[in-house]
Amino acid sequence: MPTNITMPQMGFDMTEGTIAAWLKKEGDMVTRGEPIAEIETDKTTIQIEAFASGVLRKIIAQPGQRVPVGEVIAIIAEPGENLEESTPAPPAQAQGTSAPASQPPTAALNAPVIASGTVVEGADRIIATPVARRIAQEHGIDLRLVKGSGPEGRITKADVEAFLATMQKPTLAVSAPAPEPAPAPASVAPTPIVPPQPVPAPAPSGVPGAKQPLTRMRQTIAARMVASKQQVPHFYITVSVEMDAALALREQINAALKSEGVKVSINDMVIRAAALALRRFPNLNASFAGDGIQQHSSVNIGVAVSVPDGLVTVTVRDADTKSLKQISQEMVALAARAREGKMLPSDYGGQTFTISNLGMYGVDNFLAIVNQPDAAILAVATAQPMPVVREGQIVIRTMMNMTLSGDHRVTDGAEAAQFLNEVKRLLENPWGLVL
Amino acid sequence: MPEITYREALKRALREEMQRDPTVVIWGEDVVAYAGGGAYGVTAGLAKEFPGRVRDTPIAEEAIVGVGLGAAMGGLRPVCEIMTVNFTLVAWDQIVNHVAKQSHMFNGQIKVPMVIRTPNGHGRTAATHSQNFDAWFASIPSLKVVAPATPYDAKGLLKTAIRDDDPVIFLEHLQLYSTRGEVPDEEYLIPIGEADYKRRGKDLSIITWGRMTIESLKAARILAEEGIDVEIVDLRTLRPLDVPTILESVRKTNRAIVVEEGWRTGGLGAEIAATIQEQAFNYLDAPVARVAGLEVPMPYARNLERATIPFAEDVVEAARAMMRNEY
Amino acid sequence: MDRESLISLYRQMLLIRVFEDRAAEMYAKAKIAGFLHLYNGQEAIAVGAVSALNPDDEIVVNYRDHGWALARGCSARAVMAELFGRATGTTGGRGGSMHLVDVSRHFWGGYAIVGGHLPLAVGLGVAAQYLGTGRVTLCSMGDGSTNIGTFHAAMNWAKLWNVPVIFVVENNQYAMGTAYEVHSAVPMLTKAAGYDMYAEEVDGMDVMAVREAVCRAAERARNGLGPSFLNMVTYRFRGHSMADPDVQRSKEEIAEWRKRDPITRFADEVLLKRGLVTQADLDAIRKSVEEEVEDAIQFADQSPEPPLESLYDYIYMQPVSNMQIGGSLIRPPKLGGRVAPNGKR
Repeated sequence: MPTNITMPQMGFDMTEGTIAAWLKKEGDMVTRGEPIAEIETDKTTIQIEAFASGVLRKIIAQPGQRVPVGEVIAIIAEPGENLEESTPAPPAQAQGTSAPASQPPTAALNAPVIASGTVVEGADRIIATPVARRIAQEHGIDLRLVKGSGPEGRITKADVEAFLATMQKPTLAVSAPAPEPAPAPASVAPTPIVPPQPVPAPAPSGVPGAKQPLTRMRQTIAARMVASKQQVPHFYITVSVEMDAALALREQINAALKSEGVKVSINDMVIRAAALALRRFPNLNASFAGDGIQQHSSVNIGVAVSVPDGLVTVTVRDADTKSLKQISQEMVALAARAREGKMLPSDYGGQTFTISNLGMYGVDNFLAIVNQPDAAILAVATAQPMPVVREGQIVIRTMMNMTLSGDHRVTDGAEAAQFLNEVKRLLENPWGLVL
Repeated sequence: MPEITYREALKRALREEMQRDPTVVIWGEDVVAYAGGGAYGVTAGLAKEFPGRVRDTPIAEEAIVGVGLGAAMGGLRPVCEIMTVNFTLVAWDQIVNHVAKQSHMFNGQIKVPMVIRTPNGHGRTAATHSQNFDAWFASIPSLKVVAPATPYDAKGLLKTAIRDDDPVIFLEHLQLYSTRGEVPDEEYLIPIGEADYKRRGKDLSIITWGRMTIESLKAARILAEEGIDVEIVDLRTLRPLDVPTILESVRKTNRAIVVEEGWRTGGLGAEIAATIQEQAFNYLDAPVARVAGLEVPMPYARNLERATIPFAEDVVEAARAMMRNEY
Repeated sequence: MDRESLISLYRQMLLIRVFEDRAAEMYAKAKIAGFLHLYNGQEAIAVGAVSALNPDDEIVVNYRDHGWALARGCSARAVMAELFGRATGTTGGRGGSMHLVDVSRHFWGGYAIVGGHLPLAVGLGVAAQYLGTGRVTLCSMGDGSTNIGTFHAAMNWAKLWNVPVIFVVENNQYAMGTAYEVHSAVPMLTKAAGYDMYAEEVDGMDVMAVREAVCRAAERARNGLGPSFLNMVTYRFRGHSMADPDVQRSKEEIAEWRKRDPITRFADEVLLKRGLVTQADLDAIRKSVEEEVEDAIQFADQSPEPPLESLYDYIYMQPVSNMQIGGSLIRPPKLGGRVAPNGKR
């Protein structure tokens, strides 16, 4: 049997070698163990020995040739033995750092560590701690709505929890004031002093008789309403407003602004009227602060907006300084973002007074629960034709009832009545709203 | 329960195990004659109690460890004392290349039931005698590494270490030998590989061991007065780490500070912080912080030494900063 | 010694020689990787020393350990399989060439840090002394290891505690490639004299001389006379390892030492000279040895690699509950042990 001489591995880090010289010629006798060639590695020159005895029948790799470990470089055969036809072709010239002939089959161990996928987020990346992100995800909170208290505005677990407690998808009564205007701490803290009592579950909306689990929003509404009803001594004052002049003015305004796409609503007029009235009654633009009454420098009107899964309160800031047109445009944008669940942090919270308008639902009158920490809330019913007495005659006028719910710790009936009548006066003499 | 010193607790563990098992021997520099037994008095009196089983050796740490290794292979349970951790460097080849290789490299044919006791620490002894190599030992596969903080843990862990069939690096601390703590008279063992809550709290987790456990407990008392309620996880075993307990605590508090006495770079704190972020990322409310020794060769001067080593006040400062969201 | 025993010595030496030559061939064919230190030329030491010891005496050697493993009775199959890195090897493919072991034969292993195993050998001796087993520990080393700190620490300790240990220096004249006169300040026996230790110089290429010297040293140890130091003068016929081009030793020097080949010498001067065997007997022995080694190669080549699942076996002899390593739960590597997990499996 002919024996192939292969490029030997002479050291653990050798992958290829160069034939420096053959110490035997083709046809020479060689004995096992005898040096037959010199191999150059990148480290040294080393003699290689024959691992078989016989005749060096064929030299395949010539001096100077670089050969990978394991490739045939020569053939030794018995004297007189014929080489078979399958004489190996000359070895391939080694290329660069060719791998050793036999690669240990440890692919599993050598498998590269999977590169971690780096999600490149834009410059508007929200900075939040991992646990804050997890809790937000669990409760479906859009972290863009949460204000971070950590370094670089990082949102922490506490921020998310505070948001959950006070503002998460804020309902009619679920918004806390923003830092500006800064109320006294006690009025900011929405935490009920008395733990919430069990409240009757809202009317089930699913299968009759089935108990629906409370959504996070309903839990918040329940806690906040119970807290307000328990803490705030409510009193109620109702007035009836003749709206014909306001409706006529509104028609004129909308006709004039049609090209701009502006459409002033009754509610926009109520907002404007309430804001102007609050300027004159600063004690109603205030919060009960435990050891004092905190009056607010700005007039920010919260407005309840119906959204698919409940209610949110959006805030028209500095409403007393804004025109009807501005208020109208702002309300359209605020309501749209609220319904799409895309509110900006500035869209909610920080209200100093709240308006709830159920006019579109055909209600004669209703009483709202004070949205803490506000001193009062105005419930606006449907404007509808009613028989009224004017100068001793029964006539038909468009009447709208409004009921103010007040915090008796902050204000009293007389003051509230004066304030409410001022709102009424402004609505009945609507040019005051635009001048 | 009676209060005894850390030193006395160690001695009781040695005595009880020597009484229990005649193959337990103690070898080391000056464990017999000098100052009545041991540079730090741990073995005082034991040579008289156990003739021929407590022996002074040459000052040749590589041989103390190597001879102990061979004796462990040959059927004894040697407790080798290296006078301070600084001198283990002389025996590093023996520890890493031999002690830690036998069981795995020889495919379970050889077991090495030996304990290497040595103290970390400082005490105005300057650069070559004031070091902590916890992280180095804890990085070596096949070693078990323990570092008890209290007399109770010291006794229970040393007894377990002596009975263990694997080599145990037992890290004491110069500043702990004279501390006192409750140790029951009845026998007890503490398993290797289990951390211990030295304090339960809700605001943040302090993960630490050895002397820094004691400093962290001091810090916890100060912080409690400020309304910061810290939890202290005393690792007790540095290899293998009790990762489940670390994670349990961090998942509860959402904040972690790793407190170690040694150098920060490549410290065990780095490994623990990395493990927390790998396995409890979604529970973190702040970056994992580290309190560690300053990275200088320890100076001799009193004020410089004190500035180099972490104390309770450093832990307090770190905890406050974390609660203020400053990390 | 009777005829069978003498022939057995010859056969063992020849087995080692043939084994090593075929191992070199397998290395060149990349069946064996890493380092491969061959024992050619030194066969008389392992074979002679082992023949002088009891089966339960302890043996600790350095990384040039194939000859010792074979002389102690490890099968050529197990040793070759270990060189191939297979599950059937002496450590299941974990230790490789330099870390052969068989504790059931009181062969405590090959150690690859020069001088590192000397204190360990003393420790085995101390344990035997303490437990009163009467066992002697033989510790072999190269001449290069007599300059390192552990050598002196071990010599001192062995003498100090009167430990039953035999230090055998396989003095092949070279510390890797550095000649004795370049690496050692004093003659070998002076080093033993420094510790007032019983010492002999032995012809390490004469298997009978080796055997007799080890018998004397073991006898002393068993009689409570403590440690011995045997300087066995020998020569390796190959380079330090397969990676050694062997250029520092002259061809003339190698040729001169080859004339003292321990195997042919023993055949000529003992077996043939005393008429214990014929050349035909010797040829038959060679044939059987070659077959044994060929069988070992076939066995090794066909043996499986160790299972990946075994990777963490014996990390601890006494595992710790709920243990994680490197922050990951211990698990077979193919399940992701090297990639840091997120804790959720």
